[in-house]
Amino acid sequence: MMSSTILNRNRIEKLASAAFALIVWQISAMLIGESLFIVTPIAVVKRLFSLFTEADFFTSIGYSFLRIVAGFLIGLIAGSLMAAVAGKFHLAEIMFRPFIATIKSVPVASFIILCLIWLSMGTLSSFISFLMVLPIIYSNILQGIKSTDKKLLEMAEVFRVGLFRRIVFIYLPQLKPYLISACSVAMGLAWKSGIAAEVIGVTNGSIGEKLYEAKIYYTTADLFAWTLIIVVLSIGFEKLFLYLIKKFYAGLERL
Amino acid sequence: MDIVISEISKSYGEKIVLDGFSTVIPKNKMTFIMGPSGCGKTTLINILMGLIQKDKGIVSGVPSHKSAVFQEDRLCESFNAISNVRLVCDSKVKTDEIILHLKKTGLQDNILKPVKELSGGMKRRVAVVRAVLAKSDIILMDEPFKGLDDNTKEKTMQYVAENTKNKTVIIVTHDIDEARSLGGKIINMGSLDSVPYNNYDPSIDG
Repeated sequence: MMSSTILNRNRIEKLASAAFALIVWQISAMLIGESLFIVTPIAVVKRLFSLFTEADFFTSIGYSFLRIVAGFLIGLIAGSLMAAVAGKFHLAEIMFRPFIATIKSVPVASFIILCLIWLSMGTLSSFISFLMVLPIIYSNILQGIKSTDKKLLEMAEVFRVGLFRRIVFIYLPQLKPYLISACSVAMGLAWKSGIAAEVIGVTNGSIGEKLYEAKIYYTTADLFAWTLIIVVLSIGFEKLFLYLIKKFYAGLERL
Repeated sequence: MDIVISEISKSYGEKIVLDGFSTVIPKNKMTFIMGPSGCGKTTLINILMGLIQKDKGIVSGVPSHKSAVFQEDRLCESFNAISNVRLVCDSKVKTDEIILHLKKTGLQDNILKPVKELSGGMKRRVAVVRAVLAKSDIILMDEPFKGLDDNTKEKTMQYVAENTKNKTVIIVTHDIDEARSLGGKIINMGSLDSVPYNNYDPSIDG
């Protein structure tokens, strides 16, 4: 009873704050009165609806979505494997250090330009997303592995539990919070960096190309509408992926 | 082969926990390790488990296939009781058998819940069943009946007695009554002598 009241109140507060922000946006856009600088939310929604009917709308979304998600998933798998190796062998952790530090500290724009020289357009956004995801997944999972309950590992040692069972029963459950927080951060970054790569590389048929065109032709409504689409895709995929992780864990715990 | 512990020492920094301790633990029998807090009972059992290294002395005859009830329960908290037991069993042990064993200790309705939702006493019993059902030649138990009420304690003790026959079992306890009712050799670490009990042949302690 109590908690449902709080829940309702939270929802009302969220709606109220969103409505307030939209009103501030609408009024300021009307006051400025120059659609080149800022468009009204209503104009953005109108543009969004007209985008739906354009021939290449869904193909652009599909193009960017598949590549960025692929980059994210490869980063997730590679980061987890590297963390597993580094958790087991301290030498590997030391050897990985300069690479991880470099990826973390070099501006993403530098990587994008470098990759424009190295890679084809088709793989650019995947690779950049992968590169941004890798160190986050690696660092979080490694931290999770290191903070695994030593007493449970001793238990497994005494009972001579095999590696597969140790992973399923001890490591995976302990990694759950690390995995969820890493995926949540990494996913947002994968989208931001992937789209940035497409804009800088002007990748044919991608969402990034649409943003680039908006810049060239000063179509601010397009910029806002595509930005909104990117945010929705990013949040939608994040929610779906985290839901799948939680489902996976629920299945695991029923073993 | 009996387990022969001779002249073992262990200290943590300045603190000497075991100082030249010797004893013999008979094979295929139950042995109780007793003594006041801090006399090194848990250290001794952890040395036998291979979890800590002794500083000096010789231990021989410890079988390689071990199972244990630790001082803490050390269960996989998000899994249910059956999964926790299955984790350490080989694939020949069927789920029905695990359930039967859990029920013998009085665990009934809660065996499908994640163990983090169980009470301390219930968790303890899961830990005991896990140690008994795991394939092993020696079972080391550090206060296995801790936190159980009289009724469940009796049931669990009976379960241990019935299911560990002809196995080497070492139980660390504070409670002389546990040793009396289960029967076996008693090693009193407080006074560093071994007290024979329940017709156990004391000559083995030489």
